[in-house]
Amino acid sequence: MGKTLAEKILAKKACKSEVDAGQIVQAAVDVAMSHENGRMVKKSFEKIGVDKVWDPERIVIIFDHRVPAESERTAIGQKELREFVAAQGIGNFYDINVGVCHQVLAEEGFSRPGILLVGTDSHTTTAGALGAFATGIGATEMSAVWATGELWLKVPETLKIVVNGKLPDGVYSKDVVLKVIGTIGSDGADYKAMEYSGQAISDMTVASRMVISNLSMEAGAKTAFIIPDKVTEAYVKPRAKGAYEMLVPDPDASYLSEHTFDVSDLEPQLACPHQVDNVKGITEVAGTKIDQAVIGSCTNGRLEDLQEAARVLKGEKINPGVRLLIVPASWSIYREALKQGILETLIDAGAVVLNAGCGPCLGAHEGCLAPGETAVTSTNRNFQGRMGSAQAYLYLASPATVAASAIEGKLADPRKYLEA
Amino acid sequence: MEPVKGKAWVLPDDVNTDVIFPGRYMSVTDAEETPKYLFETVYPDFREKAKPGDVIVAGKYFGCGSSREQAATAIRYFGIGCVVAESFARIFYRNAINLGLPIAVVPGVTDHVSEGEEIEVDLEAGKLKNLTTGKELSFEPLPEFILDLIGQGGLIPATRKKLGIE
Ligand code: SF4
Repeated sequence: MGKTLAEKILAKKACKSEVDAGQIVQAAVDVAMSHENGRMVKKSFEKIGVDKVWDPERIVIIFDHRVPAESERTAIGQKELREFVAAQGIGNFYDINVGVCHQVLAEEGFSRPGILLVGTDSHTTTAGALGAFATGIGATEMSAVWATGELWLKVPETLKIVVNGKLPDGVYSKDVVLKVIGTIGSDGADYKAMEYSGQAISDMTVASRMVISNLSMEAGAKTAFIIPDKVTEAYVKPRAKGAYEMLVPDPDASYLSEHTFDVSDLEPQLACPHQVDNVKGITEVAGTKIDQAVIGSCTNGRLEDLQEAARVLKGEKINPGVRLLIVPASWSIYREALKQGILETLIDAGAVVLNAGCGPCLGAHEGCLAPGETAVTSTNRNFQGRMGSAQAYLYLASPATVAASAIEGKLADPRKYLEA
Repeated sequence: MEPVKGKAWVLPDDVNTDVIFPGRYMSVTDAEETPKYLFETVYPDFREKAKPGDVIVAGKYFGCGSSREQAATAIRYFGIGCVVAESFARIFYRNAINLGLPIAVVPGVTDHVSEGEEIEVDLEAGKLKNLTTGKELSFEPLPEFILDLIGQGGLIPATRKKLGIE
C-alpha cells in the first residue's frame, strides 16, 4: 500500500522503514520555532532542569506578536528572551524588525520539503506550502523539544483536496481555501493532514500556496501540504538553511476522504462572524457597513497581496468612515513594497501602514475594535473578541476584497475595480 | 490513575481558545496567574461559581483556535479535575496531556449530563458515570502511552525522568 506524504516524512523522522496513520511515534525535529511565547517555553525548559538546549542551530526565535513592545510586561519578556538566546548561542534570532514568524521561516530558508518543523504557533502549518510536515505545538511540549530534540506525534490520516480549474481575475487562493473550509467545516480536518493538488494549485505562486496551508489550520488540520514541485524547489533551493528532500506521496496512498473543487467560476468568498467556516459569496453579503479594513498577517500580508490591494486602490480614496490598516508580513516585503511605490499608492488612498508583524490580527497590540464595530480583514481568524471587543464583527476576505470594501465603506466586490 | 469525581459545568460546541483565555492576556506566562482570566470574556461568572475538582463537560471541538497553552494551563491551574468533550481540537488536546490535565473524549456526553450534576470519570476503564441520574457511558480509553504521560503529571516530569534528572 502506498504512503501519504505525512506517513513518509514521519517514517523518516522516526527512523522507521514505514509508519501508518494512527500510530504514535517519537520523531526527531529539524526546526523548532517560537515567537515571544518562547518565554513560556523557557520557563518550562528551566523546570526540566537541563542547562543547554539540544541544538542551538535548530531553534529559531522570531519576535512578531507585539513589535515593538506595547507594554512593560512584553518588554520584560522580550528582554529575557534576548538574554536567553545570547546565553544559549541561538544564532537564529530575529528581533522586532524582521516580520511574522511563518513568513520569516520561509524567507530565511527554514521551511523546506521533507522536514519536520514544529512551532509554538497554530499557523505553523504555513510551512506545509513548501512540503514540510509543519505543525503547531504548545510551550511545554516545545520545552521538551529544546531539551531532547524530539516529540511524540500521532501519524495523522490525510484528506486529499483536489482543486481544478483556472482562477478568474479578482479571485485568489484566499477565496479557494475559504471555499474549502466552508465545505468541510471548521473541524473537517481536526487531527488530520491535508494534501492539496490540482491545476489551480500548481499554477499558484509560493506566496499564494502559503495562504492555503496557513488557513487550513482553521479546518483543524495538523499539517497541510502543497505537494512539492518545480515552483517549490525554485523557491527553496537558493535559500535553504540545511538539507531537504523532495518527498511526494505515492500515487496509491490511502486517504481518509477525497474532495474535488473546480474554481473556474468561483466568486470572492468571505468568512462571516464568528466562525471561519461560516463562508458566503460576496454577492450575498455585499453592502454590509464596515468601520475598519486590515490587509496583512501571515495569511495575506505578502508582496502580491499588497500589489493586488494597490491595483484596486490606485487613484481611489477610501471611504472617510473607514480606517484602512496595512501590515506587511515581513520587513523585506515592506522594503520591496516601498521600492515599488506600492506603499505610496496605498497611503495616497488613505491607508495607515504599520510595522511588519502580527499587528491587529490578534487584538493584543494595535488596531483593536470597539463594541458594535465591523471589520473586514485579510487575516485568518474571525472569532468573537479576536480583534478587540467581543461585541465586534469580523469578516475574512482576500486583500482585494478588503481594499474594495475600504473604498465603499461596506463589503464590496473587488472585480469591478480590476476591469480594464 | 484514580477516577475523577466532581460537579459538571456544561459548555457548548466550538468553545475556542479566545473564549477560554483571551488573546489580550497572552503576555501572562505565570501558570498560577492564568486562572484569573479563564473564560473572562464570555463566561465571566465561571470563576466565582466553579470549584477546584469540578468537571467541564463540553460539546464538539473544544479548544479550537490558537496554540496558546494558557487555555489548557488556566483550566489545569484553576484545578478542574477533568475536561470531558464530544471532541477536542488537536493542539488543546496535546497541551492538556502534556500538562497532565485529565481529558476524555466521550461521544454523546452532552445528551446525558446537565449542569450541576455529579459525575465520575474513570480514564483507565473508559467509563463515565452520572452519579445524579445513574446513567453510565463508555468511551475508548486513551492509549497507554498517553495515560502514562498524564499519570506522571505531564511532559516535564516525564522528560526529567527520561533524562535521568531527579
Ligand atoms: S499574523 Fe496573526 S495568525 Fe499570523 S502568527 Fe501573527 S497573530 Fe498568529
